[in-house]
Amino acid sequence: MGVFSVASAPLKLGKRVATSRLVESLVTPNPIERYVELFDPGWARDDVRAEIVAVVHQTSRSVTLTLRPNANWRGFSAGQHVGVGVRVDGVLHTRMYSPASSALRDDGLIELTVSEHSGGTVSRHLIQNARRGMVVPLTQAEGEFVLPSPRPGSVLLISGGSGITPVMSMLRTLCDENDQRPITFLHYARTPADQLYAEVLDELAENHGNLRVLTAFTRAPGGNVNGRFSMRHLKAAGVGPGCETFACGPGSLVEAVESVWSKHAIKTPLHVERFTPPPPVKITAKPRGKLLFARSGLAVKNSGESILTQAEAAGLRPTSGCRMGICHTCIVRVDAGSVRHLHTGEVKDVAGETVQICVNAPVGDVAIEL
Amino acid sequence: MAQTAKTKTTTKAGAKVKTGAKAKTAATDPKQLKLTPAQIEAFGKEMDALRERVLDDLGKQDVDYIRKVMDAQRGLEIGGRGLLFLSFIPPAWIAGTIALSLSKILDNMEIGHNVMHGQYDWTHEPSLSSERFEWDNTCPAEHWRYSHNYRHHTLTNVLGEDRDIGYGILRMSEDQPWHPYYLGNALYAFLLMTFFEYGVALHDLEVEKIVAGETTFADNREKLDRIWKKVRKQALKDYLLFPALSGPMFPLVFAGNFTANIARNVWAFMIIFCGHFPEGTEEFTREQIENETRGQWYHRQILGSANLTGGKLFHILTGNLSHQIEHHLFPDLPAHRYADIAVEVREACARYGIPYNAGPLHKQFGSVVKKIIRLSLP
Ligand SMILES: Cc1cc2nc3c(=O)[nH]c(=O)nc-3n(C[C@H](O)[C@H](O)[C@H](O)COP(=O)(O)OP(=O)(O)OC[C@H]3O[C@@H](n4cnc5c(N)ncnc54)[C@H](O)[C@@H]3O)c2cc1C
Ligand code: FES
Repeated sequence: MGVFSVASAPLKLGKRVATSRLVESLVTPNPIERYVELFDPGWARDDVRAEIVAVVHQTSRSVTLTLRPNANWRGFSAGQHVGVGVRVDGVLHTRMYSPASSALRDDGLIELTVSEHSGGTVSRHLIQNARRGMVVPLTQAEGEFVLPSPRPGSVLLISGGSGITPVMSMLRTLCDENDQRPITFLHYARTPADQLYAEVLDELAENHGNLRVLTAFTRAPGGNVNGRFSMRHLKAAGVGPGCETFACGPGSLVEAVESVWSKHAIKTPLHVERFTPPPPVKITAKPRGKLLFARSGLAVKNSGESILTQAEAAGLRPTSGCRMGICHTCIVRVDAGSVRHLHTGEVKDVAGETVQICVNAPVGDVAIEL
Repeated sequence: MAQTAKTKTTTKAGAKVKTGAKAKTAATDPKQLKLTPAQIEAFGKEMDALRERVLDDLGKQDVDYIRKVMDAQRGLEIGGRGLLFLSFIPPAWIAGTIALSLSKILDNMEIGHNVMHGQYDWTHEPSLSSERFEWDNTCPAEHWRYSHNYRHHTLTNVLGEDRDIGYGILRMSEDQPWHPYYLGNALYAFLLMTFFEYGVALHDLEVEKIVAGETTFADNREKLDRIWKKVRKQALKDYLLFPALSGPMFPLVFAGNFTANIARNVWAFMIIFCGHFPEGTEEFTREQIENETRGQWYHRQILGSANLTGGKLFHILTGNLSHQIEHHLFPDLPAHRYADIAVEVREACARYGIPYNAGPLHKQFGSVVKKIIRLSLP
């Protein structure tokens, strides 16, 4: 867990007063934030909010934001991600971003690098409009894509494009720990102009003899290795016994890494993270039944797509975030029926339970609280 | 509506549709109000299209608007409570009480009522979420969403279903059989107006069913608990904590808060009763709404509602319930849009010969009062 500065005494007192029974009784039925935000929009009783304190454009298609989370932030482990709320034309969208900063940063700040998705709502908005002083809602950090403790004998970090962020955080954290074990950082960018963190990587390599940085460009000459990930690249990077590998990037890179691992029966552990959902499991059975939205009284013929997609097609607007089964913003109670998980293909009777509607499709008749 | 002959109405022909000019006045007479089913469906299609157009246009301007109203409400609340602490200066008491009344009115009407309708749910903002919002009055938001959003809005003006007809204690329609109890109709209405927030809070309890022995207090334990919790919180704040914090000003702050609550009650009662009970609005029966089509539903919403005319500030203070007709057609569209929508609805009504009931507050409320008094007798 990251270290962050402990709230100072007056701040603690302020929080004690603001969350006291008396103050709560005075502001009822409103949340106390409604009044405190007049002085400090970043403060909240329980929720995490963060102020953007720096905005840098490393490349033309990305933006790097430094955030100062409020006192409710519990820190993160290198490799985890946070949900960031961004308001675009009046609508609050939540998207996941993996801090790229060291989890040990002692000023408690976190750094996010957002890369453009063509046609993407939030990424394009942030690249154009993020400004210092903006306050955004955050979720606590989550995710299993983290360095094991104790640390492995050696570490191989593979990333492509925007996927550099979680492994950048791992690298910076390991460097802050002054760990002397070998680290190899293999990064893929389209062209040198698209490469994120080039200077930071040079500087780290200069100061840490145990770090080797390899870059590859997929659409330009140059780099330490050539073209796309293959066994040849892995050999150049080297995976000795006791090495653990962490890979994050576009689906094609992650799949290439996974297939090299299985084809060559590599025994050392591989951890992967995707920013986009894996291809859905192929379902051969025809979708059957009706999907009933109990609250709005609408019913549609089950199309076999996710409940979220079907609800949106019916004109409803359920809350969603990652749309890929990660953030749990989209959970809704099912009154009756079974669902199929679109990633695993598993079918479950979920009557009376809540489901993530972005990654579950109805199987037969389903009634849901939407 | 195929069954218009059964529809109860007290329309004075020609009182409404101004836009329709003379040629249309006959259409406001219910006997001649025979829209063909095809016409009603065509009208419904137009309303659906209007709704789609507004939905597509929702965005930042709507959020900016409601935030501005919320800022104003907060300013009035803080300013009002602050001024009441200076109650020893009489103008401060008066100004403080007015500011606090306005704060409560804005909170309940333009903010609370509309947010709880889900008009801003599309923003996904927790502070604008219909599920989470709680308002500054004694009725728990959760209860209100059921009795109001569901019972009243889907079963609008259906006798025996829409409990907003007389709140279970008044006689608001000739179709409610007379009973000597209703000799006190005007008195009950006056009391309901004064303590409206409690009336609304108890609304969902269906006290008349308990009186009639159909349900018991024990059946309603949970609801009662929630109401009691909310009443206690509201009373603690307005009648104990703020007065106590002001020290020697206790009675004055108490009086100021009490007045603000009553002022809000009276205002809300007037606006809400003007929405469905002025002369010309209709009630319906259960049979009439069976198998109702979308077009018929729209049609019923218009026949059962009445608008108030006035300036921009007046509309805001009514929570845009002055556009009751548009609100009933499109309860989940942001209410500040109703003024623009009304122009189109009114024009369409004129074309189809559907009566569109609108008038200034004094006239509409006057006719509500007359009705309440008249219905106290058989
Ligand atoms: C665990 C995790 C960590 C992440 N970490 C990072 C990170 O550190 N940095 C980073 O940059 N990103 C990261 N992401 C990705 C990020 O969360 C967003 O998915 C990304 O920023 C795109 O969001 P958006 O709103 O811009 O795009 P969206 O609007 O959500 O669109 C996503 C894609 O779908 C396409 N699309 C949108 N609407 C339609 C439509 N109607 N029809 C067809 N296609 C459409 C768009 O063209 C776009 O390519 C992470 C994701 C996860 C799950
Ligand atoms: S939207 Fe994130 S889990 Fe469904």
